[in-house]
Amino acid sequence: MRRSGFFTKKLNSFLMFSAILCFSYLPSFSNEVEKHEVNHTENADTAAISHASSNTDSSHAEHGEEKFNASELILEHIADSHDWHLWGNTSIHLPILLYTDKGFECFSSGKFNHGHDKVAGKHYTYAIEHEHIEIVGENGEVNEEATKSMIDISITKNVMSMFISMVLLLLIFTSVASSYKKREGKAPKGFQSLIEPIIIFVRDDIAKPNLGYKYARFMPFLLTIFFFIWINNMIGLVPFFPGGANLTGNIAFTVVMGVITFFVTNINGNKSYWKHIFLPDVPWWLYPIMIPVEIIGVLSKPFALIVRLFANITAGHIIVLSLICLIFIFKTIMIAPVSVGFVLFMDVLEMLVAFLQAFIFTMLTALFIGTAVAEPHGDH
Amino acid sequence: MDIVTPSLGLVFWTSISFLLLLFLLGKFAWKPIMKALDDRERSIEDALSAAEKAKDELARLNNESELLLKEARAERDLILKEAKQLRDNTIADAKGLAQVEANKMIEKAKVEIDNQKNAALAEVKNQVATLSIDIAEKVLRKQLEDKSKQENLVADLLKEVKLS
Repeated sequence: MRRSGFFTKKLNSFLMFSAILCFSYLPSFSNEVEKHEVNHTENADTAAISHASSNTDSSHAEHGEEKFNASELILEHIADSHDWHLWGNTSIHLPILLYTDKGFECFSSGKFNHGHDKVAGKHYTYAIEHEHIEIVGENGEVNEEATKSMIDISITKNVMSMFISMVLLLLIFTSVASSYKKREGKAPKGFQSLIEPIIIFVRDDIAKPNLGYKYARFMPFLLTIFFFIWINNMIGLVPFFPGGANLTGNIAFTVVMGVITFFVTNINGNKSYWKHIFLPDVPWWLYPIMIPVEIIGVLSKPFALIVRLFANITAGHIIVLSLICLIFIFKTIMIAPVSVGFVLFMDVLEMLVAFLQAFIFTMLTALFIGTAVAEPHGDH
Repeated sequence: MDIVTPSLGLVFWTSISFLLLLFLLGKFAWKPIMKALDDRERSIEDALSAAEKAKDELARLNNESELLLKEARAERDLILKEAKQLRDNTIADAKGLAQVEANKMIEKAKVEIDNQKNAALAEVKNQVATLSIDIAEKVLRKQLEDKSKQENLVADLLKEVKLS
């Protein structure tokens, strides 16, 4: 069981990556590749899938009777997931990695059978409830203590999407870098000339105005942040595989970005930056007010970044999903053109937002670093 | 709420992914790209400033050559002028000299003519004197052929002396 789980995970990852490569280059063949991949997944995990299909029929029937709940559907779509739903009853089962107090666990999420089955692992038995993995006892009761100490580091849909974006970024930028080497000193050509203005935009309009002559040291960081956020925003807008994950609208992702910005800013903070916080130019008796205010300022800057990116992207997804839900709320196809029209409008707007949020995040990061490394002027 | 609770798994993977991406892109993409961009910008700037310099140099050279040309023209004019003057002077000198020479010759000729004239006159005078003496001798001889006439003459002469 453990071996097969591991194998499935590896196979999944491998197939995923090959699919990504094909996707990035051969959109016309994408459908074929997808089918192919799903077939493989099925072969590797025959038991689980066949089980799933037989069961989903009944669950489908159940769904039909249920009242349509838009908010539940929307929240489910913007949340992370352990399966990557493709269409109908087919989905990619992503590997589950658990760090429990007794050691590592690793198996395919297909074994949960869309939450219907419990999985007996090496150390515990696991159940999944609303994408939340719990440790359960023999009779199905939740072992709260063990669940609390367990860390779920599964390769979820968002993580997978992030890996896809990483591979894309690496492919794009190493190829661009190699064309710079090949065509040294010449004018940019092809893909290179698409990317170059953006890189120059980041350098001349984001880094240089905020960081001055010290910009060169922070360029790799700013470029990475900008393109990482942008590409993930864009992938998030694609409604089907390999898009559809709401990575940049996930608070965990934005928290990491914000915290990294916080560390980069404060590690690079110079003497005048720290003096401004702990020995501000005010009468000494104002220190009890000023110092906490300054410290709150330091913390609120990355916090604002975190919330801004999270809220903007999540809001966009919620609006698009709500517009789609209108069709099911009104239970008529007549509303569909209106919905689709608005969704089209929102998607175009979201493409702007995707760029804008990446830009704002990078811009503010550069600004914060800029204030931390600025030379004292003496004109406070 | 669930959606604002960061899940540890995603935090973990995002951190790893971002740091890995930062490292890989920094090493294999940003470094060569930024270097290439900087190099190209610098080379463009260099080329532009070199072109500007070349333009200045060309203008300077043009100016210089024009100046040289002007100078050369002035010099040519000067030389021509000098040559003309020299020619004029030479001609004038030659004329002067010729005049002097001519004058000298004329003077000489005049002197010669005078000399010749004087000589001729002297000759004529001598001739006339001789002739006169001859004539006088003959006349006297004829008149003093008889004694009486001689005595008359002496008497006349003596009378003359008494008178004076």
